[in-house]
Amino acid sequence: MQPFTTHTGLIATLDRSNVDTDAIIPKQFLKSIKRTGYGPSLFFDWRYRPDGAPDPAFELDQPRFAGRSILVTRNNFGCGSSREHAVWALLQDGFRVVVAPWKEINGQRLPAFADIFRNNSVKNGLLAVELAEHEVEALFRHVATHPGARMTVDLARQRVTLEQDPSLVFAFEIDPGVKEQLLKGLDEISLTLHYEAQISRFEKAHLAEVP
Amino acid sequence: MGKTLFEKIWDRHVVTTLPDGSALLYIDRHLVHEVTSPQAFEGLRLAGRKVRRPELSFATMDHNVPTTEDRMTIADPISRAQVEALRANCRDFGIALYDLGDDRQGIVHMIGPELGLTLPGLTIVCGDSHTSTHGAFGALAFGIGTSEVEHVLVTQTLVQRKPKTFKVEFAGRLAPHVFAKDMVLKLIGTIGTAGGAGHVLEYCGEAVRSLSMEARMSICNMSIEAGARAGLIAPDETTFAYIRQDRPFAPKGAALEQALARWKELPGDDDAVFDQQVTIDCNRLKPQVTWGTNPGMVIDIDQPVPGPGEAAGYSRADVENALAYMGLTPGTRLTDVPVDVVFIGSCTNARIEDLRLAAAILKGRKKAENVEVLVVPGSMQVRRQAEAEGLDEIFKAAGAQWRYPGCSMCLGMNPDQLKPRQRCASTSNRNFEGRQGKGGRTHLVSPEMAAAAAIAGTFVDIRTL
Ligand code: SF4
Repeated sequence: MQPFTTHTGLIATLDRSNVDTDAIIPKQFLKSIKRTGYGPSLFFDWRYRPDGAPDPAFELDQPRFAGRSILVTRNNFGCGSSREHAVWALLQDGFRVVVAPWKEINGQRLPAFADIFRNNSVKNGLLAVELAEHEVEALFRHVATHPGARMTVDLARQRVTLEQDPSLVFAFEIDPGVKEQLLKGLDEISLTLHYEAQISRFEKAHLAEVP
Repeated sequence: MGKTLFEKIWDRHVVTTLPDGSALLYIDRHLVHEVTSPQAFEGLRLAGRKVRRPELSFATMDHNVPTTEDRMTIADPISRAQVEALRANCRDFGIALYDLGDDRQGIVHMIGPELGLTLPGLTIVCGDSHTSTHGAFGALAFGIGTSEVEHVLVTQTLVQRKPKTFKVEFAGRLAPHVFAKDMVLKLIGTIGTAGGAGHVLEYCGEAVRSLSMEARMSICNMSIEAGARAGLIAPDETTFAYIRQDRPFAPKGAALEQALARWKELPGDDDAVFDQQVTIDCNRLKPQVTWGTNPGMVIDIDQPVPGPGEAAGYSRADVENALAYMGLTPGTRLTDVPVDVVFIGSCTNARIEDLRLAAAILKGRKKAENVEVLVVPGSMQVRRQAEAEGLDEIFKAAGAQWRYPGCSMCLGMNPDQLKPRQRCASTSNRNFEGRQGKGGRTHLVSPEMAAAAAIAGTFVDIRTL
């Protein structure tokens, strides 16, 4: 897996909440048995018209977003199907970071990213950054008023900074294990194989009890 | 302090705690289908790794397969290649496969319980988010991505953060024509599609206890639509009776007696504490129908479609987008809205009990002329049972198509798809944009509601039929 340390890039905004993985990559592209080739199909149904021509109205393909690598969007991103193809498609279409807000409803903090999507991101080196709602709102405003808005995401320092407005600096939280895995680009299977002896010991006792 | 059902299962499966505090969790059963596995097997080959315990993985074909008489020859070459890849992978790595044409083939979440692979207290995973279905047996079951599929194949474990616990009490009794599907849709409408994120739901209460295993599976199935990777129901006599039927992999005789003793210890302790809880009053529950583009956008059948600013938890833009996609205007009564297609199927509602309910409505009646009706049993076992009971004849006499098992129009990876702007009353679990076909408009309902819509040609308040 490619490590993630810091990334500086152009921001594109997608003003939708509850973006599900069916929307990120529709089913017809899941028939492939490869890990590559998903980039052009990202957000397929929003991106192309029924005749197959690119839809000029689609937000992420606006000329001002050409070369984008950071997606700023709304809460509960990546909900629905477990398809890891969604993460592959985002990466292969040039994204390294997705930023979304957590939301508070009835006193409960609802995460910015769906659980399975977030796990899949980590395994592939796509950084999912969770910010507060007003911070993401500020990012949306900033991008709307600053053509070519760029930002730097520093994973080690858990910080995002806006190039054109140094006053906008946001700190983000991240699970320490996930952070280390991303920073070093660690392969989880190799890590787990270090515990082979424990697994074997556990398995022997466990399978004797629960056949 | 006592433990919840979830905590009991979790604690028995922790191999070791990792330096960052996450757990290495042992996996008892791994279910595999053709769509989310090929890249995992490819990863294994590239790294020269083996499957650690092939006898704990079980595979079937469901997402791509045609459901028509000629299904054995898959016309779409890309679908065919994916199905053939699974055959080759199962052969090469020694994994049992319930292939197309097998008497036990079906949707992966249907065949696990039917085969007796799904048992209380186990950890069960599959590269599929509706793995939550198996929680109906008191098994900790959740969906994983393809990298995690590879991790399980190689190590028989997963690295997991311990989720939080969320008690969902369904209090009271269901009125006639109100079902498990309505219970879970109401829950999702109440807590939202991210309401259960980071949590394992545990369903309890009088209304749950009185449900069959089939109905319990419908509820657990849709836990993921509330954002929860897993949902659990404590095992009881209903669970044990299901397992005692013809279940090839379930323990028998003395082994079953021992297992039963263990399973009876599983229900959560009375003094167990949950991180969250919610109560749904089932006495007043009405048939539910979704109006928007996610399962949380749901109303009682006798409520009008909401407008921007009227749907709790959704922004004006969310509602505007959803209404535009669905071709609906605020204030509309869905009982006035015509449907084009009725889909009775999917791992949510394609079990024998679902088909019996739909058949009871369709018996002696005819579908509306311009409605296409698909009845797709979830497994070969269900198909055969339904035919033994003559349900297929009822469906055909009503003008419905009687199909072979598969995911079918739940996601339209095979030829069963909605056309743009077609409106569907569907017993499946996702009404996302394009889910059943690009531009298709999905309304999630119970099997009875779907069958009633087939006859009337519009949505119906089933209580008035
Ligand atoms: S029936 Fe639908 S939800 Fe169930 S496994 Fe198949 S595609 Fe997924």
